[in-house]
Amino acid sequence: MIRIENLSRDWEGFKIKQVSLDVKKNEYFVILGPSGSGKTMLLELIAGMWPLDSGKIYMNNEDITNAPLEKRGIGFVYQNYMLFPHKTVFENIAFGLKLRKIGKKEIETSVNEMMKLLNISHLKDRLPRNLSGGEQQRTALARALIVYPKVLLMDEPLSALDRKTRDELMLVLKEIHQKFEVTLIHVTHNFDEALQLADRVAIMKHGSISQVGDVEEVFRHPANGFVANFVGVENIIKGTATMDGDVTEIDTGNTVIVSSEQKTGPVHITVRPEDITLATQKVATSARNVFQGPVKEISDLGTLIKLTIDIGDPLVVFLTRQSFLDLEINIGKSVWTYFKATAVHVF
Amino acid sequence: MRKLDYTTIFFAIMGSFLFLFILVPIANLMISADPSSILNNLQDKEVMSAIFISVYCALAATLIAVIFGVPLAYILARHDFAGKGFVEAVIDVPIVIPHTISGIALLLIFTSTGVIGAPLGQLGLVFTDAIPGIVVAMLFASASFVVNSAREGFESVDPRMEKVARTLGSGSFKTFFIITLPLAVRSIVVGSIMCWARAISEFGAIIIIAYFPTTAPVLIYRRFVDFGLSESTPVAVILISLCLLLFLVVRLIMKGWRTYDKN
Repeated sequence: MIRIENLSRDWEGFKIKQVSLDVKKNEYFVILGPSGSGKTMLLELIAGMWPLDSGKIYMNNEDITNAPLEKRGIGFVYQNYMLFPHKTVFENIAFGLKLRKIGKKEIETSVNEMMKLLNISHLKDRLPRNLSGGEQQRTALARALIVYPKVLLMDEPLSALDRKTRDELMLVLKEIHQKFEVTLIHVTHNFDEALQLADRVAIMKHGSISQVGDVEEVFRHPANGFVANFVGVENIIKGTATMDGDVTEIDTGNTVIVSSEQKTGPVHITVRPEDITLATQKVATSARNVFQGPVKEISDLGTLIKLTIDIGDPLVVFLTRQSFLDLEINIGKSVWTYFKATAVHVF
Repeated sequence: MRKLDYTTIFFAIMGSFLFLFILVPIANLMISADPSSILNNLQDKEVMSAIFISVYCALAATLIAVIFGVPLAYILARHDFAGKGFVEAVIDVPIVIPHTISGIALLLIFTSTGVIGAPLGQLGLVFTDAIPGIVVAMLFASASFVVNSAREGFESVDPRMEKVARTLGSGSFKTFFIITLPLAVRSIVVGSIMCWARAISEFGAIIIIAYFPTTAPVLIYRRFVDFGLSESTPVAVILISLCLLLFLVVRLIMKGWRTYDKN
């Protein structure tokens, strides 16, 4: 769908270095990186806001490297919305349609529909300065989507919002992704957003891409130390969450894991290896999650030994060398793992 | 009541000096002229024509300053280029040099044998002792007000907003007119009024390049030299009243003008 090859540009004091990406049609693609890694710059280069030093951009195999930005069919949503302050919510959303010389009636119908979809119909005649952050971002999304861009670039679209609004908007983004035939490229430094939204993720560092792949693949098998440090999670498991009283049960298809965090629907969970206790026999414990399984893998990390235990899903546990020797663990040996419901983080 | 600390009180006392230094002479001038002589002067054809020439030429100079100054301001606000500092300095030069020197500099090229005056003279456009001479003198002295104020206006519009407008299908020229200009128009209007007011009050450059036709400041000077204070004061009062009235009207308009928060 959109393919970029060896994109480079040198700003004073900052560089985008030889970035290549291939984003598929209708894909939700997240570029994840710490602040200062050049994510915004990269998006602006793709949108055509700056000339390139070198590299090519293709949209549906058509070279758009030198196309002016209004002719690319690429939408853009900024972290701080960039709504036109002298126009109402309605006028902001209608902006792109008006430029396309569409009839007044038709514009009104489309804008009303879009406002309904994004739940901002009641804000129709308000000016941007009288909107909350979440409302502004919904308006900005509506404004960008109404012209049906082939690709929508979103620069930290949720970062300026509070937690609750962010969760709401994540659902909105998911819905948009399903309803519109649009390829989404979403830039963020937030791990949760990538986990929740991304089909694939690219990790960016110092102006270049460190790794590209499925979310779980990247998180489970970081390509290098940087990625591991930035996103590295040992135990990340996909499942479906249902509430059961005050706890959440996550059915992974192989086991059921209990968490004290409240969430329903398709989720990811993570458990930190240091929160998991290991025993060779069943013991009485207050931990809600108790699983038995064989040791699949043992790797020596120096002072620590990393074990992978098959409890239906692979579970990574760390042991000190001494405990490892005391427990007389070897591959295939069946062990018990314990972890509390509070140790299970649900995304 | 709010408690004031010593620093605030001290600074307020120091600060009021300049305020009064400007206010007292102007207020005094306004009340010192005899009302009947003001009425007489209002019926004086020479006075009225001088004021008309001043206002009219200043308006022409302001229009020219806006037409050429706004694009320049936009370039200065949006782009960095080699020699930008030099361009900015040149724009501000007329503020720092004596206006009589501006007049001499203008006269040298706009006189009938000057590099610009000669070819335009052949087309029938004469500058020395003519309306066009007054306009160029005014333009030279006051154009920087438009450029600097418009530039501030453009700088307050986030370039990313323009870029978003373009991703929605608006060309760059159109984006300027439907997004950037409406958001910067207040600054441009303020700059234009400053420019206009400054142009009306121009004297030094005008007496060098175009002593005739007589503008209001020149007329006041001539009355003062020929007849003294009593004859010049009423004209001064009329001119300053007009200027203050314009200033007030504009302030009122601006106050009602909707301003937009920056995002």
